[in-house]
Amino acid sequence: MARRVLILVGTKKGAFILEGDAARRSWELRGPMCEAWPLNHVAADPATGTIYATGGNEWFGPAVWKSTDRGRSWTHSSEGLSYGEGETPIKAGWSLAPAGEVLYCGVEPAGLFRSEDGGLSWRHVAALREHPSRPQWQPGGGGLILHHIEAHPADPRKLWVGISTAGVFHSADGGASWEPRNRGTRCDYLPEEQRYPEVGQCVHSIALAPGTAERLYQQNHCGMYRSEDGGRQWESIENGLPSSFGFATAVHPRDPDTLFLLPLNGDSIGRYVPDGKAAVWRTRDAGRSWQALRDGLPQENVYFGVLRQAMAGDGLDPVGVYFGTSSGELYASADEGLSWRCLARHLPTITSVETLVVER
Amino acid sequence: MPRVTVVLPPPLLRLFPAAEPRVSVEAATVAAAIAALDVRWPGLRDRLCDSTPRIRRTVNVFVGGRKAGLETELGEGVEVVVLPAVIG
Repeated sequence: MARRVLILVGTKKGAFILEGDAARRSWELRGPMCEAWPLNHVAADPATGTIYATGGNEWFGPAVWKSTDRGRSWTHSSEGLSYGEGETPIKAGWSLAPAGEVLYCGVEPAGLFRSEDGGLSWRHVAALREHPSRPQWQPGGGGLILHHIEAHPADPRKLWVGISTAGVFHSADGGASWEPRNRGTRCDYLPEEQRYPEVGQCVHSIALAPGTAERLYQQNHCGMYRSEDGGRQWESIENGLPSSFGFATAVHPRDPDTLFLLPLNGDSIGRYVPDGKAAVWRTRDAGRSWQALRDGLPQENVYFGVLRQAMAGDGLDPVGVYFGTSSGELYASADEGLSWRCLARHLPTITSVETLVVER
Repeated sequence: MPRVTVVLPPPLLRLFPAAEPRVSVEAATVAAAIAALDVRWPGLRDRLCDSTPRIRRTVNVFVGGRKAGLETELGEGVEVVVLPAVIG
């Protein structure tokens, strides 16, 4: 049996899959899939190998797509993906997360759904939208979206979600009750004396560190943060980064102190890589220090951005790291970020990058 | 119960490969016609209607050449034509 690495790429015009060998030297691109629907997230359940994709089509609404044959054929469903008659219809799916026997889907307008039959039907996790803070939730640049879901691998009832713009919320009981977890993350867009509210933070991405009880990393619109207690308190780790603004984070699958980031220059000056030079920034010490990794990345006239779900690692050793750009390029490193090469150009705008390692 | 013909557009047929471009169903309203299609090809209603419930803003349904809603009544032998709206 040979190991194969699948890079699952969500774009504004369908899903693409790059399939490579374990050395991650040779890659083959397939796509577009899912009828070229605008997709926000393509992700796999590593336990089953099933690949899911979610987004929203301009004509036909939101759906979760499903493939059990590595993307060769797809079905789709939105059964139950609704807040009910008279409520605002769901516009699009935004995030997917397998958690034990459950598959979660975050949607726009922000809410969470769960499926217990592998994405065929969905049930609303109503307690989140019943949280008293909901009238304060405001749409960010991408809409009012639930864009990140983290489930603890040792206890899938423990959930963290990221909502823009509401912040991070946590459930310890599989979604039956929720509390905000935003203390220490700031809102630079509020008056100075109001910059640390209970909710209203513009979280851009969250990542649960492997092998830890509850260490989280968060890239926020306003800063980079780490929490050692499941988000009860966040500490800034942006010192040493070229910018406090960015979207994508990718945690090392085995080392909780190693994290990859792709800082962008700022929210109002283009949202591209700083100084027009592409770099992935890596910490090996949980954010105390950062190194820029540029070998193989373009260093002149680079004006792409990397969106909130568009960077991921694989589970191999050394870890492969991948990111996709707003201009449709996919970059890969097979050595934990030391060197990079471009695997694909001219794809549609890339919204998400995930990986799946399979045996063949 | 009136027997009507529903005409489905290619972009919708691509989502339901088993569906046919012209479908004969018994239905007294557009809602009932779409419900009959959903029985044959589960999920088809969600592609045409949102949860309000109403026909999606970006989907047009014509009955006898006139734009229709879910409550539009159907007469014997009419054609119910489903078309995606122009976007972009």
